[in-house]
Amino acid sequence: MNGKEGNTLATRAIQVGFLVAVGLVWWALAANRMVTPLFLPHPEAVWRAFARLVSGGQFWSAVGVTLTSIVQAYGIAVVSGLAVGYLVSRSRYSTRLFEPLIAACFAVPITLFFPIFILVFGIGPASKVAYGAVYGFFPVALNTIAGFSGVGAHYVKAARSMGASRSQMFRHVLLPAAFPVVVTGLRISFFICFASVLGGEAISSASGVGNNIAHAAELMEPARMFAWIVFVIVTAIILNMVVSHVESRGREH
Amino acid sequence: MSIADNTTMSRHGGSPLQRASAFFGGPRGIVWARLSLIVLAAVVLELYARLLANPTFFPPLTEVAQSLFDTVLADAKIRTAVLNAIWQITIAYGLSIAVGLALGLAVGWTSFGRRSTFPIILLLYAIPQVVLLPLFVLVFGLGAGSKIAFGFSHGVFPILVNVVAGMRNVNQLYIRGAQSMGASRVDLFRHVIFPHMVPSFFAGLRLGMTMTLLGVILAELYVSTQGIGYYTKVFAETMDPAPLYAIIFLLAVIAITFNEIVRIAERRFTRWKA
Repeated sequence: MNGKEGNTLATRAIQVGFLVAVGLVWWALAANRMVTPLFLPHPEAVWRAFARLVSGGQFWSAVGVTLTSIVQAYGIAVVSGLAVGYLVSRSRYSTRLFEPLIAACFAVPITLFFPIFILVFGIGPASKVAYGAVYGFFPVALNTIAGFSGVGAHYVKAARSMGASRSQMFRHVLLPAAFPVVVTGLRISFFICFASVLGGEAISSASGVGNNIAHAAELMEPARMFAWIVFVIVTAIILNMVVSHVESRGREH
Repeated sequence: MSIADNTTMSRHGGSPLQRASAFFGGPRGIVWARLSLIVLAAVVLELYARLLANPTFFPPLTEVAQSLFDTVLADAKIRTAVLNAIWQITIAYGLSIAVGLALGLAVGWTSFGRRSTFPIILLLYAIPQVVLLPLFVLVFGLGAGSKIAFGFSHGVFPILVNVVAGMRNVNQLYIRGAQSMGASRVDLFRHVIFPHMVPSFFAGLRLGMTMTLLGVILAELYVSTQGIGYYTKVFAETMDPAPLYAIIFLLAVIAITFNEIVRIAERRFTRWKA
């Protein structure tokens, strides 16, 4: 995922090979009924269920609800995380004061507070947005603090002695130095928002992809459940590859 | 609190503001400043809950503390549910360490093993496991099995990844040196590889604990017919939020305790480094 190892051709080949192997093992197990179809339905049944899902109107409305929630949660997390992180990083004292507090909050599993989000924001998408936003806030804020407070003092001093204005200082010294760390926070936050919204929907919701997976499990419809699960996993893997590709490209510049 | 502390500093002279800033700016002062912030936040929350908030959403902290003893801890069934969760976390974490360490050593031992399997581990690591939660409950049932399995599936990957990463960082020169001096595989592991991977291993243990807690709690909340998920659901539905907050704070304290145990162990085992 990070650096050279995650992006070589050999790595990709191994990953694709692994996925193909998983598919073949799945096929073999299901075709010979070595695992009950309740836990592992036949891939063809899953494919048929997926085709039915996509042709029905439910699929895109569920995907739309989840996608909107993720985007909203991530937007709130990024804006608030960058703002709080940057403000805290402005002085050494406030960094020392607030950074351990924010880190300590992040060490508590925020999932615990999910029932409170449901209580306050109801069972609709708003509770999932709030939950994802709070969860996603921490990596952005912590990495923004780490990025901006980690800028070498000698760079700042050198720029100041050469008469850099405040905006020049930010544009040419602080931002380039902090950028890689901040971007890592943004990436972690995105996948946390992604997983939190889906998890929140699975635990307590009336709509969305997570709710559909939980619902299919409750109705003992493994084919439909697997269709959703495979859809989400494939989406997540593609997103991950795209993001890590963009990130490693960005590092080269 | 800050007022009482300031009086002890008065002999240093200066205006009250200067004295306060000198106190909070001092080497120990930062800790006091943090504690004061926490106390301030608690007071603000209490006042907000008492004066402004809707009582069905935000109960005052004092009421939460009271219901922790009157409702949550007094109920033997809730106590059992919380104790079960502690057991599940412990077992899931133990399994994560055992399997993560064993697999990590097996994979990380050779460069070929690292290069061929690490991409697969990273691929699995990227999957949002939460979509598998309904499947876990379907396969492992509503009881402890699904919670332990889900906690394990979350906890094992960070440990595995960090063990492999830690072994990669061992300087090949040391390994060759030890081998040429006739070190056996066990000697090699005990005296060369293990000391080098300790920092990375403990980073994995810390993250593994966070993830195990996440996995177990997600499964606990998902299963709403028994365990903690049942009580959070009941308390949320009866519009009596104080016990809901109380059980959540109790579990948060348990989670922090688990995290702290790992950190204390880390400090003990990495002391020689400093």
